[in-house]
Amino acid sequence: MVTAVSFTLNGTAVAAVAEPAETLLSVLRHRLGDTSPKAGCLQGTCGACTVLLDGEPVLSCLLLADAAEGRRVETVRGLADGPTLHPLQEAFMDRFAAQCGFCTPGMIMAAKALLDRNPNPTREEVIEAISGNVCRCTGYLPIIEAILEAARRLAARR
Amino acid sequence: MPLSVRTTETLAEAAALLATERAARFLAGGTLLMRAVNEGDVSFSLLVRTRDPNFVRMRTAGGRIELGAGVTMARILAARELAFLHAPARAIGGPAVRSMATVGGNLFAEHPYGDFAAALLALDARVQLATGFGPREIPLEEFLRGRDRHPRALVSAVVFERPSDPAAFRFHKMTRTRPKGAAVLSIAAHLPLSGGRITGARVAYGAMGKTPIRARAVERALEGRPLSPEGIAPAVAVAAEGTDPPTDSLASAWYRRRVIGVVLRRLLLGEG
Amino acid sequence: MRIRKELFADERDDDLAIVGKPVRRQDIEGHVTGRTTFFDDRLVPGLLHIRCVRSTHDHARIRAIDTREAERVPGVRRILRWADLPKKAHNILTIFNFGIDDEPALADGKVRYRGEPIVAIVAESLRAADEAVAKVRVDYDPLPAVFDVEEALKPDAPLVNEYIGRNWFRYWGDYDCQQIRFGDVEAAFRQADVIVEGRYQMSPIEHAPLETQGCIVVPGEDGRFTVYTCTQGLHFSLDNTAAQLRLDTNRLHFIGGTVGGGFGGKVDTVVEPLAVLAAMLTGRPVRYVFTRAEEMQVSSPRGAERVYITDGVTRDGRILARKIVHYHDAGAYSRLSTYGTIKSAAHHPGPYWIPNVWVDSFCVFTNRTPSSAMRGFGVTGGDFALESQMDAVARAIGMDPLELRIKNAYRDGDMKAHRKLTEGAALIECIQVAAELARWPLSEEARSASSRIGGGGDRGRVPPTPPARTRLSDRGEGERGRETSRIDAAERPSARATTPPPSWLRSEARAVEARAVEDGARRAAEGGEGRRREEQEPPEPPRPASGHGALRFSSVFGSRRR
Ligand SMILES: Cc1cc2nc3c(=O)[nH]c(=O)nc-3n(C[C@H](O)[C@H](O)[C@H](O)COP(=O)(O)OP(=O)(O)OC[C@H]3O[C@@H](n4cnc5c(N)ncnc54)[C@H](O)[C@@H]3O)c2cc1C
Ligand code: FES
Ligand code: FES
Repeated sequence: MVTAVSFTLNGTAVAAVAEPAETLLSVLRHRLGDTSPKAGCLQGTCGACTVLLDGEPVLSCLLLADAAEGRRVETVRGLADGPTLHPLQEAFMDRFAAQCGFCTPGMIMAAKALLDRNPNPTREEVIEAISGNVCRCTGYLPIIEAILEAARRLAARR
Repeated sequence: MPLSVRTTETLAEAAALLATERAARFLAGGTLLMRAVNEGDVSFSLLVRTRDPNFVRMRTAGGRIELGAGVTMARILAARELAFLHAPARAIGGPAVRSMATVGGNLFAEHPYGDFAAALLALDARVQLATGFGPREIPLEEFLRGRDRHPRALVSAVVFERPSDPAAFRFHKMTRTRPKGAAVLSIAAHLPLSGGRITGARVAYGAMGKTPIRARAVERALEGRPLSPEGIAPAVAVAAEGTDPPTDSLASAWYRRRVIGVVLRRLLLGEG
Repeated sequence: MRIRKELFADERDDDLAIVGKPVRRQDIEGHVTGRTTFFDDRLVPGLLHIRCVRSTHDHARIRAIDTREAERVPGVRRILRWADLPKKAHNILTIFNFGIDDEPALADGKVRYRGEPIVAIVAESLRAADEAVAKVRVDYDPLPAVFDVEEALKPDAPLVNEYIGRNWFRYWGDYDCQQIRFGDVEAAFRQADVIVEGRYQMSPIEHAPLETQGCIVVPGEDGRFTVYTCTQGLHFSLDNTAAQLRLDTNRLHFIGGTVGGGFGGKVDTVVEPLAVLAAMLTGRPVRYVFTRAEEMQVSSPRGAERVYITDGVTRDGRILARKIVHYHDAGAYSRLSTYGTIKSAAHHPGPYWIPNVWVDSFCVFTNRTPSSAMRGFGVTGGDFALESQMDAVARAIGMDPLELRIKNAYRDGDMKAHRKLTEGAALIECIQVAAELARWPLSEEARSASSRIGGGGDRGRVPPTPPARTRLSDRGEGERGRETSRIDAAERPSARATTPPPSWLRSEARAVEARAVEDGARRAAEGGEGRRREEQEPPEPPRPASGHGALRFSSVFGSRRR
């Protein structure tokens, strides 16, 4: 038995067939080919599968795909504007905020959820925003710096 | 058997399904249930959800507050009129967990989880159950005590009185990691003062027993006392009474019993 | 960041092009755009999935495995057992002719740690595999288990690993531990003003990479298998997979290169052999990925290490002698711990010139999760012990801990306990710069010390070392005088009797030993010649010779004057 699910993925309307209890993570990766959200734990503890649902960060490994029905899903694949990377992406590169890169897509989406809501966050707010995302490589400091740097760059643009 | 999903229009239908289908589990935010699915738990094969608007309804005007069981921590944090509940809501997971985790699910969360349930205990909340035969309401404490005996009950909402003085409600969670982490323990307290003395204290603990519990000995020791170091000393002395904390990878039972008085004193004196 | 170019300026050309300059990682654009391809990002249609039934006991004989119900679960394609394995036991270092094949990829009739894979379910979906796992019945006969390295070395300890035949690894066919003998520690202890003893214990540490380990195997039309994997050692894993499956290496095509966090935890090659075997037996593409729980519970951690250190020190802070007994907890199987133990011995006594050094490093088997490589394994645990000990020494003699380190640091020209001359020493300068940055006051003497001054001369010679019980390299010198205990549980009926191995296992173990003998002179002594050796007690934590007046500080036995 399969069901159909349709939503907007990074601004494009998409539809997929899915098994009834299939997670959003699985549909994104296996049915729609967007492998940017990662399966780090499938327990909700690592945040590597974080995507935005109507702008809110959710754990796609714990969410049934049809929860996205008719809604807006954003992943890191949709962040760049053509060849121009998002300031978060640029800042992550400049500040060495990724080593193995496995946490990066989820981490950037958690950061984006913050900056969309709060363009001028304090360091504490940044830490709070990524508190559900584990990075085993960097030790977090470069990530925190990169997010603060991205906020500054976004402010300079406005 | 592959996992399947049923979505009902009403809570009553969901309750009826749960009562009849042995292999069914109710799915709310899924932060615990889907985790079990992903980890290979095959003890159930049907997920039951509901679209019932009552399930996600929040009534916060006036003195009586009603939170639908499907209300998420993120929604509580977005509600300014629920500011006194922001501390326990923020204590649940990280931001993404909070956009999914529900109030009702927290009542079923096993140790060391259940921080929000501890807060609700200190508010003397009542639990509304949907059953095949209509709604029923029981005190949260009673519900938690019997939780593991009748796991198939469907919670539709929790109700409680708004604290007359928001400052009278306090919450503290002790964790090994910050800003987020599972509880070494959590304490919630409602401490109304009248003429400088506590009347009708309610204190609840998370992670100090199989489920969140009321700290009755502490409540008795606080009755009629001022919130001063001397006033609370008898309460701190009996802080561990009636607790049966588990030993886990976060802390030993010994440590939890040892440290509860320290955390309680700080909470009562506003030092923590 | 500031680079201290003035230090050792004459030793290099000042043409650093990269060091000190911000450079983007070559792969980082892929990371931030979500385009980097990890092994699990290969979308392969028609995949089968593997889940393992894992031991719920730390140590048990398996009486029976009943898979009948599991086989009937819809979607189950195959259940792999020990009998299906082309090679019945393996160790990843034996491809280099080191060590003993001591680990079956699926349980061989016994389980030796909790979480050990017993059978592997190959199914159309993870759900089907999980259901089948829940339906496999394993009948265990629990055995006593041992979790402590020193307990494991006792004569009556349960035997963990029959392939090894004793609860410790025997090096070079003849040595119960890796040893260093340099000078005469016992004589030097008698000269010392102060004896400082310490016991240091490291816990196992899980790498917890964000990507759990796994692979996807795709059988090709040409009889080759393409393996997408997160291994950290592509060719190492290819060779080991081929060896385990008795395949020619050209039947395997490994594709890797992007590892979602490794830290040493992704070299053991545990997933690839089973996944390739499943693909061989079903003709289908197969995916085998650890769950997070498996990654935490059964992937090998850094081994727990216990280190005893005894130092003989003068009041003015010279370390005259250092005696170390180091136990490396391998868990139930060797993996890379046999090598980690060698590294621990190679690292002692730390970056200090000490004229008398005595080290025994043991690789010990217990019923814990097999441990393996992780970021300087053998070295990190040793350093934790050594540097904690340096602080303890400093406290014991009332000296500044940095001054103590500078005073004893290697200088160029110093002879190391391993018979290598020190070159390019830089510890002193590192400490000086660190002290300056931390505003830690140093004496004039410490500030003017230099790695280039004060080494060599007498310090550059190998000291007289009591013969016949010292030189590791000189294996010809015979058994008699060697000081290290030779603990021979294999010759103790009692130890054998607790866990008589199944008959097939005994012959396999014998075959392994026979091969070891063939393998060359180094292993010659291994059991084959029936020479009886004196039974000795397991090694005691080191104690300095008694009868001298040194003040004794000890975290092991308390602090007292003897
Ligand atoms: C990374 C992470 C961190 C977490 N941190 C915390 C924490 O710090 N503190 C804490 O307390 N919890 C924590 N949790 C646990 C969990 O997120 C919360 O307890 C949450 O409130 C559970 O709600 P849910 O809606 O997600 O439950 P679900 O997963 O949907 O359900 C959990 C269980 O409750 C049952 N259930 C749910 N709702 C109802 C209902 N209305 N009626 C009857 N049965 C119901 C389900 O059948 C299921 O058995 C964490 C979880 C994760 C993944
Ligand atoms: S994979 Fe979803 S939180 Fe780790
Ligand atoms: S960069 Fe490897 S986990 Fe964050």
